[in-house]
Parts: sequence; structure tokens; C-alpha cells
Amino acid sequence: MHEIIDPERLALLNQFLKFFIFILAGFVGFLVITRVPPLLHTPLMSATNAISAISIVGALVAAGREANRLATILGFVAVICATINVVGGFIITDRMLRMFKRQEGPK
Amino acid sequence: MTDAVAGFSLAREAVTLVTYLIASVLFILGLKGLTKADTARRGMQYAAIGMLLAIIGTLIKQDIVSYAWIAGGLLIGSIIGWPLGTQVPMTAMPQRVAISHMFGALAATLVGIAEYHTHILGGEAIPRPIMAALGFEVLFGALTVTGSFVAFGKLQELKWVPGRPVTYKGQNFVNAIVFASAVAMFLYLVWRPDAQTVFYAMVAVAFVIGASLVLPIGGGDMPVVISLLNSYAGLAASATGFAIDNSLLIIAGALDGASGFILSIIMSKAMNRSFGNVLFGAFGAPVAQSGAAVEGEMKELSVEDAAMQLAYAQRVIVVPGYGLAVAQAQQVVRELAHEVERRGGEVKYAIHPVAGRMPGHMNVLLAEANIAYEKLLEMDEVNPDFPTTDVALVIGANDVVNPAARKDKSSPIYGMPILDVDKAKSIFVLKRGKGKGFAGIENELFFDEKTRMLYGDAKATLTRLVAEMKQV
Repeated sequence: MHEIIDPERLALLNQFLKFFIFILAGFVGFLVITRVPPLLHTPLMSATNAISAISIVGALVAAGREANRLATILGFVAVICATINVVGGFIITDRMLRMFKRQEGPK
Repeated sequence: MTDAVAGFSLAREAVTLVTYLIASVLFILGLKGLTKADTARRGMQYAAIGMLLAIIGTLIKQDIVSYAWIAGGLLIGSIIGWPLGTQVPMTAMPQRVAISHMFGALAATLVGIAEYHTHILGGEAIPRPIMAALGFEVLFGALTVTGSFVAFGKLQELKWVPGRPVTYKGQNFVNAIVFASAVAMFLYLVWRPDAQTVFYAMVAVAFVIGASLVLPIGGGDMPVVISLLNSYAGLAASATGFAIDNSLLIIAGALDGASGFILSIIMSKAMNRSFGNVLFGAFGAPVAQSGAAVEGEMKELSVEDAAMQLAYAQRVIVVPGYGLAVAQAQQVVRELAHEVERRGGEVKYAIHPVAGRMPGHMNVLLAEANIAYEKLLEMDEVNPDFPTTDVALVIGANDVVNPAARKDKSSPIYGMPILDVDKAKSIFVLKRGKGKGFAGIENELFFDEKTRMLYGDAKATLTRLVAEMKQV
């Protein structure tokens, strides 16, 4: 006997599962990031910004799915924006972190 | 579909998911690397590999059928992103970060609109839980876009974006109405997901909210604003994950959201503002009363005399503020420190959490000037050292060294943790002119018996100091 699955109900259950992931990831983020010293707060912000450019994943699908004209163009612009943050974000974070040097040993 | 084709497509799907899983782990390892200066660079390389894997994993997804637009977008984005990564000077980091929050949020918003439009054209009903996620996505996304742009404009000092706080009568009331209307539209959409007009109206209203959130805020409060926008951009990315069923987006967005959230709490604590104050964006309210007037006069000191004292000082603490960045004086500071150290003295740097226009900004500027990071000390670490310090050199900092925060209850900055500069044996203050600080309050430190003022451009003054010290 097959139960008829209401798509609304399925979506709700699915969203709840994702909410677990969200909360747990937020928790991990909280534990890790509270240990980042103020010394590195600017690189931290630049780094998390580069990481959140992961929206590129959604943008790529929107731009390449050929669902409709509008979605393709919006996706295209979104790919541009996200790529700017991926490329620029990781480069500038590395540029900053390269500058933090230890004291040179006594000569 | 034959079994072989089905098997192949399943394998492809699995490969994509595995790259996402690895990317999630690499992102967390990357942030973990940032807990120490030694491991930070390596950590971010892990994160970058994670990003690359995730992009490749997505490109092999079977719902991607055409690569022309993708290739074009990746190319144009790289061409714009490259100089933004390699050319932007470190003094411009706050506005650089603000504009990248805008790009990130814009990407999330556009993906949300594209997704909604595709659902509507498909003719199938959008399940309400998906609609709720899409709603969050475009709300947070759109308000972060305009909010970040205004923040960028203020920091970059664009002519047509007012740098001063923009306030008008009944502002809070108007903002509350606009905000309530956005919430109402959101709720209506969850009930009736096919109401297209409402959806696009909500996006428009969210754009307005973002601008009106940041316009009333002045430069000194920017560390809080930027952190908050960082958090919102992360939440928008996370909501995208809920809307398009992608766990990697949820995880990366949650990390970003948590980071921005923590930074805004740290920043608001360092400015003695309540947490609720930050959450509702009600910071930067104009201060009516500016504390007690200060008696006495500020005593000026000649560069020659200052150089003489510095040359014989054993312990020097440099207190940098935003003025240091404005004057681009970080290299000369190191030269001056070098002169002191050459004579056997010791130089440290006291960094207040909200010095500069974004969290940690001063550390980056001084690190760029080749100053070893062990010498950059946090407030709690350095405060006990001031009583044994011969010279405290305040460069373009004001409110973060104002003793009124400790004792004057009528002062708007009362309760804000400050650097105990007034406990040093002598204090030199490098200041552009005789004006008040960002908060518009007199600083009694400048009237202290032990304080001497050196007026003028910080870089020029420091250069002359170094030249004089070489002759002592």
C-alpha cells in the first residue's frame, strides 16, 4: 500500500533536516571563531567573505540550467559577483596573512 | 533511461556530493587555521582548495546543460576580482570588505529571484517551506546589498553618499513601518507563494531597508556595521542553501553568519553598546549631551624636544588610531620604533578593538609595515604596562584613550573600555588639529599635565621626529 506523500509535508521535513545542519554548522563556527585572536579579525572577515562566495554553486546552476531567459541572465550576473569574491577574496586574504611575521631571532 | 545511463548519472550525483562534503570540512579547517597567525595562511589555502572542489563538483552536475554563460561569468568575475585582490591598498580594507559583502549578497539575491521566477514559470506550486527560505534569502540579500553599498560609499568618501549620519525627525517610526511591511509581505508570500507582485515589492522594500539602516551611521561605528553586514551576507547564503537544497551553502553561510555575529558582539562590547542595540541596527543615534567640559589648556611641544625625549626613552608604547591610516604613516612609525630600539629602548603597540574602521584593521596596517605581530598587543594585555612606560605615543586615536570613559558618568562614552594611556609617565599626542574626536567629546587626556601635543599631519610629524632622533 502506498501512502500519498504531500509535497508540502516532504519539503517541511526536508527543511527541518537542513535546519539541523545549519544549527550544527553555526555551533562549530561559534566554537572555532571565538578562538580567533583580535590580531586576525580583519583576515577573518575577509576569509569568511570569500568562503560565503560559495553561493557561486547556486549561481552556476542558475546560469547553466537553461530554465528560462531571465533566470539564465540573473544567474550569469550572480556568477560574476560570486567569482569576484572567490578570486579577489582568497587573494587578498592571502596577501594579508603573508604580512604577519614573527619577530626575527637575535642577530 | 537504460540502467547504465541511470548508474552513470547517479555516480555523477554522488561525486558532486562528495566534493561538497570535502569542501565543508576544508572550510572549517581553514577557519581553524585562523586561530593562530602561524597556521592561518595554510588554513586559507585549504579553504581555497575546498572552494575549487565545490565549483568543479557543481560543473559536473547533470542539470547544467550549457556552459557558455557560466564561462563568460567566471571570466568576467575573475578579471574584476583579480585587481580587487592584488591592487587594493591595506588602508582601504574596510571599504574593500564592504563592497565584497555587496557582491556576495547580490549573488544570493539574484539566485533567489531566478529560482522564484523559474518556479513560477514551471507552473507548479512552490511548497511553503521552500518559499519561506526564498523569502529569507532575498530579504537578507537585498538589504545587505544596499546596506553594504552605503557603507562602502561612506568609507570610500564618495561625494554623493553622505559620510555624516543622516537623521530626520520620526526616522525610527518610518523605519519601523517599512520593516513591518516587509515582514507582512514575507508572511503573505509564505501563505500565497504565487503572489508575484508581492515578491518583487518585498525585494524592493528590502533594498530600501538596507540603505535606511546604514545611512544614519557615522564612520566611527563602522566596525559594528561591517560585522553585522558580514553576518547578514552569510545568512543570505545559508538561506540560499535552504531554497535550492544545498547543504554546503547552508554550512558555509552559517560559518560566515556566526563569524559576523561574534565580531559584532565583540565590537559592540568594545564600544559599550548593548547587544540589542546592535541587533536592531539602532546604533549611531545622535548624542545630545557631550559630557562635562574640560578645564585647562593643551600644551604644545616642539618636534626637537619630543625627539630628545623619545631618544632617551626606555619603554615606548605606540597607540594607533584611524588617523594613522588616513595619514598613511605606518611605515614611518616603524622607522621611529627602529630608532628607539637602536638605542636600547623597547617599543610595543597597543591596539584597541575598535581602533580603525573595521575589526583588526590596525593590526593589518602595522603588519604591512613589517612590524612583528608579537609586538601588537591587545588592550587587556597592554594596559598593565602603561604605568612603567616612559612615553605613550598616541597617533590619530582619540575616544579610545579618553579617561572620561572611566569616570565621567555624563559622558556618552562612559563605560567603554579604554587604553590606560593616562597612566604613562609622559604622553605625546599626534593630532591633525585641535578638533574633537569622532564622538564629538572633549578628551581630558589632551589637557593632562603629562600630555604634550604635536599638531599637524601624522606622517610629516613622524618623519621629522625620526630625522631629529637620528641627530641626537
